[in-house]
Amino acid sequence: MGHGAGGKLSTELITHLFLPAFGGPHGPLADAALIDVGGARLAISTDSFVVRPLFFPGGNIGELAINGTINDIAMMGAQPIALTASFILEEGMPLAQLGLIAESMGRAAHNAGVILIAGDTKVVDRGHGDGVYITTTGFGLVPAGITIGPEHARPGDAIIVSGPIGLHGIAILSVREGIEFGAPVTSDTAALHGLVSTMLASGSRIHTLRDPTRGGVAAALNEIAATAQIGIEIIERDIPIPPAVQAACELLGMDPLHIANEGKLIVFVERDDAERLLAAMRTHPLGRDAALIGYATIDHPGVVVARTGIGGMRVVDTLVGEQLPRIC
Amino acid sequence: MTEQTITNPQQRRWRIYVRGIVQGVGFRPFVFGLAERWQLAGFVRNDSYGVTIEIEGEERALHEFVTALQRESPPLARIEQVSIEPLALVGERAFVIAASQAQAQRRTLIAPDTATCADCLREITDPADRRYRYAFTNCTNCGPRFTIVLDVPYDRANTTMRSFVLCERCRAEYEDPRDRRFHAQPTACPVCGPQLQWLTADGVLAEPDPLRAAAVALAQGQIVAVKGLGGYHLACAADDEAAVRRLRQRKQREARPLALMTRDLTVAARLCVIDPVAQTLLTGPAHPIVLMPRRSDAPVAPSVAPGMRTLGVMLPYTPLHHLLLAEYAAVVGPTREAVIVLTSGNLSDEPIAYHDDDAQQRLGPIADAFLTHNRPIHMRCDDSVASVAVGGPLLIRRSRGYAPAPITLAAELPCPILACGGHLKNTFALGRGREVFLSHHIGDLENLPTLRSFHEGIAHFQRLFDITPEVVAYDLHPGYLATQAALAMPIERKIGVQHHHAHIAAVLAEYGHPGPVIGVAADGSGYGPDGTVWGGEVLVATCASYERVGHLGHLILPGGEQAVRQPWRVAAAALAQLYGPDFWRLALPFTQQLDQSAWQVLARMIERNLNSPRTSSLGRLFDAAAALTGMGQIARYEGELAIRFEQIADPQQPPYPMPLREPATAGGPFTLDGLALLAALVDDLRAGVAPAAIAGRVHHGVARALLAACRRVREERGLTIVALSGGVFQNVLLLETLAGALQADGFTVLIPRLAPPNDGGLALGQVAVAGAQVGERQ
Ligand SMILES: [Fe+3]
Ligand SMILES: [Mg+2]
Ligand SMILES: [Zn+2]
Ligand SMILES: [Zn+2]
Repeated sequence: MGHGAGGKLSTELITHLFLPAFGGPHGPLADAALIDVGGARLAISTDSFVVRPLFFPGGNIGELAINGTINDIAMMGAQPIALTASFILEEGMPLAQLGLIAESMGRAAHNAGVILIAGDTKVVDRGHGDGVYITTTGFGLVPAGITIGPEHARPGDAIIVSGPIGLHGIAILSVREGIEFGAPVTSDTAALHGLVSTMLASGSRIHTLRDPTRGGVAAALNEIAATAQIGIEIIERDIPIPPAVQAACELLGMDPLHIANEGKLIVFVERDDAERLLAAMRTHPLGRDAALIGYATIDHPGVVVARTGIGGMRVVDTLVGEQLPRIC
Repeated sequence: MTEQTITNPQQRRWRIYVRGIVQGVGFRPFVFGLAERWQLAGFVRNDSYGVTIEIEGEERALHEFVTALQRESPPLARIEQVSIEPLALVGERAFVIAASQAQAQRRTLIAPDTATCADCLREITDPADRRYRYAFTNCTNCGPRFTIVLDVPYDRANTTMRSFVLCERCRAEYEDPRDRRFHAQPTACPVCGPQLQWLTADGVLAEPDPLRAAAVALAQGQIVAVKGLGGYHLACAADDEAAVRRLRQRKQREARPLALMTRDLTVAARLCVIDPVAQTLLTGPAHPIVLMPRRSDAPVAPSVAPGMRTLGVMLPYTPLHHLLLAEYAAVVGPTREAVIVLTSGNLSDEPIAYHDDDAQQRLGPIADAFLTHNRPIHMRCDDSVASVAVGGPLLIRRSRGYAPAPITLAAELPCPILACGGHLKNTFALGRGREVFLSHHIGDLENLPTLRSFHEGIAHFQRLFDITPEVVAYDLHPGYLATQAALAMPIERKIGVQHHHAHIAAVLAEYGHPGPVIGVAADGSGYGPDGTVWGGEVLVATCASYERVGHLGHLILPGGEQAVRQPWRVAAAALAQLYGPDFWRLALPFTQQLDQSAWQVLARMIERNLNSPRTSSLGRLFDAAAALTGMGQIARYEGELAIRFEQIADPQQPPYPMPLREPATAGGPFTLDGLALLAALVDDLRAGVAPAAIAGRVHHGVARALLAACRRVREERGLTIVALSGGVFQNVLLLETLAGALQADGFTVLIPRLAPPNDGGLALGQVAVAGAQVGERQ
């Protein structure tokens, strides 16, 4: 329970269970791995998608599986080339639905300019899956001269988010739990490598890219803070939070910083290049609402804080499983 | 033992070891004085265990000397142990104060900051004295200690007084064993010591008399930041409604009551009814803020403590405060009382400012001017807060004046232990031997500066008391930042302690009782190992272990923490539990004000079990009852609705029913039916019963139910001692009603007196539990 929430428990599973068993790590724990193949640097990432419901406002599990893995590749500064997909189907899953999912996968891959090169299908008994689980593995090439990764974030870096946060998580929750929050919220699922290309082309010195998926912006920033051993300070009022997301979070008792995104990225960039990068990002449809949200610092290494409206410094923590109240 | 070769059988030589708080409190000159009284020879010195005395003379005089040693010891001294060993006579003539042994003060204790003594007060008010109107006057019997200590050993070079070089006269006092200031490390005078400064918004004002300027500004309705002992305060005239409102608005403190300082006890008595326990607290060495029943004609602005039948009052505890209040009294004249608001120097829930730069920056926008000085504060230390319950003190916050004095255990701990405490109102504790050093108030760890002071405080205490913990104890809540800190520490042995077990164990530790006892934890929220939120628990507990024998029946927290901040959620969920989804049709003011669309979302969340944990918290039961009764929808500060509910309660009311329900499974915990109590409350609301009566009936109903629970455990287990703890017992009406009923029924009741019943006492309990568990396994 709780190990899938993208929080501290997943990190713990990785560090205490998988890494010792696999004899790793062989590099920094980023979204994707880099290996040298005959002089080229290959970025590889694999991810499983288990979203419920399969169809949600703004997309479905198929698009998510394509975009999610492309994004993990793109977060290394790589251009994605090809994907494989593996399906675990639950007995009784309507074929028509599967067809829709497959079509949207094909469309998403095509739009992104990547090819689907291999796949696998297994069927499990009824009741042993939620319709369909999809695992995608992606391959991409890192252009020469680019070194981007969580370990490269540096004190002083400016931190930019590519647009409004919390949309995917709230959209999913809204349909899954049957809760209406007033204004409807649509998932932001999108492939970000095009935006990343635009950003790289701007010539800005980009140190780190991260897509704040499970665990939201809070989890992404905490991982970077821990990996790079830097402190992070974000300014609460500068974080683009759509009013509908804010209102939903207030009702739910959740923090928008903990809500998942599927089409946003966070970038750590050399402070002097921040304005140039912002301008470049805003020329791209997926970066139109990009915003500078804070800075990395040498203070409080490993800790993420948010400067509040009244000037306080609130520690922004990663969620630990299902959060029970900490206040008395 | 040394062989005795004595010619005169009446002559003896003894070595006397004294342990406890015996350094930096005038103990050696005191011993010197006693030796002179009986004309004894020998020496006294500080060493790593405390004070060692060798003394020789007539045997009867030696006995009298030892008796006086314990009976007349200086006000700040706390003797834990005196042991005597006979020696051979040496035959000296004189008694001397010997040099301290190297590595001395390491294991000895740093005294808490202590309110100005009568002698110093006399000096600062005597125009003929050289310390007349000097704001930093102190002596071995009073003054700053904990807040100015940088390191051990405790001497001037290791305090923030190190930059002030003693003038000749001060040095002479400092070196004279017959003087009250012999080895008074922070001693100072107007010639050589710290100076006051009066700063306005434009910077330094050439103001010859900062005290006068501050008093005038206060009298005119301005807000003045005052640098005190453990941090900055914000002050304004207490009888000036406009000033108090301005302070609230600038400080962004909407509703929480503000503390007051009165010139003296006489003025305090015009504000409040002061019972003997309160008076002892007000005038004792710690000088906490004391919550006391207010007089209806108390000359205090309405915004000081809206909705409260009590006021929090303290008396001046440094010369600066004495002088400021005297000056203020002179400025306002006989038509106004000498009372000021003296509240923490911070913005809403942040930690109080104590560094000058930080204070200028953070308090600049709030204060019209600063009364400050150039004696640095090393350790931030908030004012302590106490109330009076069941004939004794009840600490709400144990900080200035109390920390870092240790709490003494009945038995030795098996090894040095660090306990990291709770998430809010954090204190930590370090235990070694029989001593537990419970820290000053650290605060809300979600604030970065507070989290820093948590880490720095632990390092500081480890150095001051030379403790290297071998075990770290922590709360089971994985989201507590204190818990995460504990788990990240390079200490191998880690012991998780259930929140309410720690609350009860703190009481056991204080009373030196091994248990088992019946533990009643009435609390806000604490992590339950079963995935629910605990907080109304009946335990059978020893220090080492506990069994949950009963608890409050479950309420629901739609939105988790948000339901703690917004009690209407708990109340609405309870109504839905009682009356079904159409409860909003009940013709109650509460349901008429209900936000229907918000409730629809919450109802769905409950149905889908989405961020809607179950809770057995008594705090939430009081919240729900208060919200239903019309005390408000949201809490603007922690526990607001429940606190105001207690304030309006008419104590002369019969209890509501809150029946004990048998366990769902044999051997499981029984439950107390809080929903039944709320149903009776709703009936009364519909019958138009007054809120005061309803509040009284709720308090009595809960007390009656807890009494029934204790009786039940007594029948089954034969236990007759009940330990009460948890934050809800800050509710004096509930505590006194329950304690009285238990005592009348033959129970022995243990009430926390040395540490707060709230999470400020948690770390003490964690030390006790970890110690007992390690001890059992050894
Ligand atoms: Fe508690
Ligand atoms: Mg991923
Ligand atoms: Zn004194
Ligand atoms: Zn002097």
